[in-house]
Amino acid sequence: MLEIRELTVEFPAADGVARVVEGASLSVARGQAVGVVGESGCGKSVTALSVLRLLPPEARIAAGEVLFEGDDLLKLDPAALRRIRGDRVGIVFQEPQSALNPTMQVGEQVAEGLLLHRSVTRAKAHERVQALLASLGIPDPAMCCRSYPYQLSGGMRQRVLLAMALICEPQLLIADEPTTALDVTLQAQVIELITRARLESGMGLLLVTHDLALVGQCCSELTVLYAGQVVEQGPVGRCFSAPGHPYTAALRATVASLDAGPGESGALASIPGVVPHPLAYPSGCRFADRCPRVERDCRARPPALAPRESNKRAERRRGAGPAGSQDPASDWTVRCIHPLPLHGEDG
Amino acid sequence: MGRGPLLEARALTKDYRPGRKRVVKALRGVDLAIAEGEVLGLVGESGSGKSTLARCLLRLEEPTSGTVFFDGEELTGKTQRQLRPYRRQLQIVFQDPFLSLDPRMTVEAAVGEPLAIHRLGSRRQRRERVESLLTQVGLDATILHRFPHEFSGGQRQRIAIARALAARPRLVIADEPVSALDVSVQAQILNLLLELKRETGLSYLFISHDLRVVEAVSHRVAVMYLGRIVEEGPPSTLRERGRHPYTVALASSAPSLEPAEAGEAPPAPLAGDAPSPSDPPAGCPFHPRCPVFAARKNPECIRLEPELSPLPGEEHRVACHEVER
Repeated sequence: MLEIRELTVEFPAADGVARVVEGASLSVARGQAVGVVGESGCGKSVTALSVLRLLPPEARIAAGEVLFEGDDLLKLDPAALRRIRGDRVGIVFQEPQSALNPTMQVGEQVAEGLLLHRSVTRAKAHERVQALLASLGIPDPAMCCRSYPYQLSGGMRQRVLLAMALICEPQLLIADEPTTALDVTLQAQVIELITRARLESGMGLLLVTHDLALVGQCCSELTVLYAGQVVEQGPVGRCFSAPGHPYTAALRATVASLDAGPGESGALASIPGVVPHPLAYPSGCRFADRCPRVERDCRARPPALAPRESNKRAERRRGAGPAGSQDPASDWTVRCIHPLPLHGEDG
Repeated sequence: MGRGPLLEARALTKDYRPGRKRVVKALRGVDLAIAEGEVLGLVGESGSGKSTLARCLLRLEEPTSGTVFFDGEELTGKTQRQLRPYRRQLQIVFQDPFLSLDPRMTVEAAVGEPLAIHRLGSRRQRRERVESLLTQVGLDATILHRFPHEFSGGQRQRIAIARALAARPRLVIADEPVSALDVSVQAQILNLLLELKRETGLSYLFISHDLRVVEAVSHRVAVMYLGRIVEEGPPSTLRERGRHPYTVALASSAPSLEPAEAGEAPPAPLAGDAPSPSDPPAGCPFHPRCPVFAARKNPECIRLEPELSPLPGEEHRVACHEVER
């Protein structure tokens, strides 16, 4: 349904051009939930915002395609794009405070999408809005519709934002850190609501987050971004149990150790250092400076995104000729010269 | 330790009056004690009164009633001038490192400000202290003349921590110090706080809405709900044998690494928001959201607010009618 192909996004900077996303590809099928994970500054939000061309004006999409149901959204004229935004593709932003209009009643804001995209009467639209708010667990929808955003709690605002994205029953929902500003209890509620909406309507979900555990809760596919590049991509369960890229493994370890506590070493697992600045990407592997498994050749040349497979399987393939198309790991790719071994196969 | 708690609050309450007839009861009788060298974790949802408690303990906010003792001296009742010497010993790190640092102050000025205010050392000694603090929190001592906007969230929080430590406090209140940071950076900052505790014997009051984060660093954890502490005990006990239904719900709300079946999110353990502190429910304030009340309908839960009382033989206190003692 959605296919991002080789997307490259650049921002002009004082001393050069910052390539914030470089050759990123990912796809979301009908009813599928795909999680995009990485630290701040890895290009997650820029990738998500590119889909609907919501980037700030100085950004430039230097290359790539964003295909939605066959149309390249990057080439669409503004009027056609507006017909897709908020209708067939909904989006939820991170900050419920700044994403709502403070001077407009909540009901009006949620109804806006319906009035714009569907030929419904005002009364009918408000009826639908109240029904949707009720289904999102808002206790008094009529009262909520009359409120202004400042009168609502953070959890309510995030639900209103979700209602705005869902009101036209989109085929695809893009959620950019939808729960980062929320308490864990509310986070669990919002994730449950998004998942229910997806399962009921067959909507696709593109979830952007820095929290790997959240992807485990509600996605089946994982894309890990680091310094603007996809470094690992595959089914969530397998990426979690045997991550191929040391960065995925490190992200997983930080979450796991937060769960388990500091233990005997007295320290939690963390990833030392910071994501390199786009103007100062290393020439070889971009994770090399923070990687616990770094070797000499890692810095020599940039690694390519390649199918994840065990050494044995690679050998077998080399011996038996081109049998790679049958390879069950071909939907699982890693950008690393020395990926972590798959369990039980490599020493 | 031994001489009694370093910081103690007794029956602390705080009411806000935002309108003529409205009263928001942000704190409703909080008792709390932190020993020298101890880390007390405080966990609860937004609006439970965690930050109000922190501000009242420091008297950044005047409590409505109740007393606060620091090292045996009563802080409540002292004038701001009399509080000065205590301010040096009690410091705070705030949640948002983008708001807590003055954008027009260099790193040197920000970190050195507590030293300047309390007139500690000569100009030169202050600079040396700032340099050593920066190294201590894992930053490069050459950043003295740079400004906050040049740093990432994690680096700024390190600067804020260096500033809190500058005057060698005995107790630091960390109010959601990692909530604004990425998970990977959260671990860096938590490790820094743990390391500083080992090196300097600091005490902390560590506040967060995330039970995982609080458990990872604390000796003891207090769970707050609508202005009261509803459960208190060692972190491992609360996680595995938490007795208050609210603690149990908090523990199971945090996403775990076990991927859910086919990407189907499990049902959220708690429905709805916490009720408004201006109109708290009668009886146990948790009963409208409580799964145990929903199942058993104990009339006591609507009638009477349960007291925080100890479980026999354990350092574990719970405020719940349904807990058998």
